[in-house]
Amino acid sequence: MSKKLRAVIIGPGNIGTDLLMKMQRSRWVEPVWMVGIDPASEGLKRAAEMGIKTCATGVDGVLEHVLADDIRVAFDATSAYAHAENSRKLNELGVIMVDLTPAAIGPFCIPPVNLADHAKRLEMNVNMVTCGGQATIPMVAAVSRVQPVEYGEIIAAVSSRSVGPGTRKNIDEFTRTTAHAIEKVGGAKRGKAIIIVNPAEPPLLMRDTVHVLTEGEPDQAAIAESVKAMAAEVQKYVPGYKVVNGPVFDGKRVSIYLEVEGLGDFLPKYAGNLDIMTAAALRTAELFAEEAVKGVFTLPARG
Amino acid sequence: MSIEGRKITLHEMSLRDGMHAKRHQISIEQMVEIAKAADEARMPWIEVTHGDGLGGASVNYGFSAATDEEYLSAVIPHMKQAKVSALLLPGIGTVDTLKRAMDCGISGVRVATHCTEADCAEQHITYAAKTGLDTVGFLMMSHRASPEKLVEQALLMESYGANCVYCTDSAGHMLPDDVTARITAIRAALKPETELGFHGHHNLGMGIANSAAAVAAGANRIDGAIAGLGAGAGNAATELLVAVFERMGAVTGVDLFKIMDAAEDLVVPMMDRPIRVDRGSLVLGYAGVYSSFLLFAERAEKRYGVPARDLLLELGRRGMVGGQEDMIEDLALTMSRAAKA
Repeated sequence: MSKKLRAVIIGPGNIGTDLLMKMQRSRWVEPVWMVGIDPASEGLKRAAEMGIKTCATGVDGVLEHVLADDIRVAFDATSAYAHAENSRKLNELGVIMVDLTPAAIGPFCIPPVNLADHAKRLEMNVNMVTCGGQATIPMVAAVSRVQPVEYGEIIAAVSSRSVGPGTRKNIDEFTRTTAHAIEKVGGAKRGKAIIIVNPAEPPLLMRDTVHVLTEGEPDQAAIAESVKAMAAEVQKYVPGYKVVNGPVFDGKRVSIYLEVEGLGDFLPKYAGNLDIMTAAALRTAELFAEEAVKGVFTLPARG
Repeated sequence: MSIEGRKITLHEMSLRDGMHAKRHQISIEQMVEIAKAADEARMPWIEVTHGDGLGGASVNYGFSAATDEEYLSAVIPHMKQAKVSALLLPGIGTVDTLKRAMDCGISGVRVATHCTEADCAEQHITYAAKTGLDTVGFLMMSHRASPEKLVEQALLMESYGANCVYCTDSAGHMLPDDVTARITAIRAALKPETELGFHGHHNLGMGIANSAAAVAAGANRIDGAIAGLGAGAGNAATELLVAVFERMGAVTGVDLFKIMDAAEDLVVPMMDRPIRVDRGSLVLGYAGVYSSFLLFAERAEKRYGVPARDLLLELGRRGMVGGQEDMIEDLALTMSRAAKA
């Protein structure tokens, strides 16, 4: 058996296509299927041109191939609405689900913070939170691992061109899900998330700000060290992740100013918000693959 | 164009936009006192919310002296005739925060997006309109969109269910001709029953002139703040609007003497500094920068030694939009480092 986990991507939109391009370079995950619901979709055409098997009949169309093609991991880049059924059907066949929708059926996954725990437990469904969450929660956690955090607040500013109609229609999902994950994964007692859509031309790179209020005076040296180490962890899978300014200390406030430049795989480099989601999702599947090879866990048995 | 005989609905901003100028520290007692005075003067609408809308209380924009719910529940029971609205910026507030404000008894909500991003407001406008609230779409920083673009965005808000759409001059950058062009174009495109509004800032001294131009072009809802208490050089002063519209033969229904007394006796004494076109607010208007950035830029100047004017000009160049207050400290750090290098 090859050490690579064989994968299906559901949803041939911006996210799905970017993910496919990144996956083609992966040493641990191999893209095999791209699934859509519209035979005329540009994304399916592109995937077919890249040598990927495609089907336009949704997840149902790929189920019969799962065992024959030894599909082990699925990436869902559709919608929260469609995700639950997709996940149930694929989980039943022993396929691990990486959820890039806001459905959040499974636990939140922020790779440098809690991916290792999920992999150890072989979680069959993990949720990638939001782009803003992927960019900022590592930094909330970088502070909360030094000392208790009373409150964590993040502001994600994304270029208008990189925000699709789904996100716009459901912008509350972003703020709710991100705020929840700031608490759950970031370790803040209370979380708040803000998203700003900026239409400037040429488009601005994704910017993210993290404001944290610590309990007690912040341990400045330890926090600065922790932030630096965390940034290096994120840079392993998002090379364009950068601490532009900070940590700034002002009483109990700690502020960190970030920038996320994408790799420019499918959308241009300004769309760091897209990149950080797809890169984090791929990183998640890769760690599952590495751990499986090391024997940390055994993938679901196949007949 | 004559506005003789036109009916104008004024909307009081001092207890929402004025929160910016007061660093969101207006006390519940002050809110109630000013709202009662405005109600007494027959202001038809009063907005009460954190300066950045429902859910705006944050490190980024400043925590308010009380919560939105506390302010709203304190003010609303005192109102004899005035209706109270809340502001909501999608991305900051959510439908959940709107529901809580509705439980406090608001009669209207104004859902605000940057002037090119109206589709981020669909969720909130649809919900508000369905529940029967007076639902206003509020297109901020309208100077950054051409009349054609603004029409497209206004049509979106109308299609979601807004019964009124505002052209909002958040930066106080517009001149009367800019207002005329935008309101005229929107008026021609929207359903006749959809109301049009204008929200001015006085950063170039045009707050009143722009409001009059808006009415002449077809707007019937106009925002004002008693004594101008609002972000930057403040909003068009309500008492001035009442006097000017009366001179023009239009009807606001507001008692001029009562509203000017409220300005002089209640609002001016609580200002942290005179609300006027000073150097900082003039730069906002000149460079087309979101008015609430002013105090943040001044604080950054104090802490990092970079002149507020330089910060505001650069924020304008970079195309920052409402809500990006975090980028002010970020820019000050970057500029002060560059200055030392």
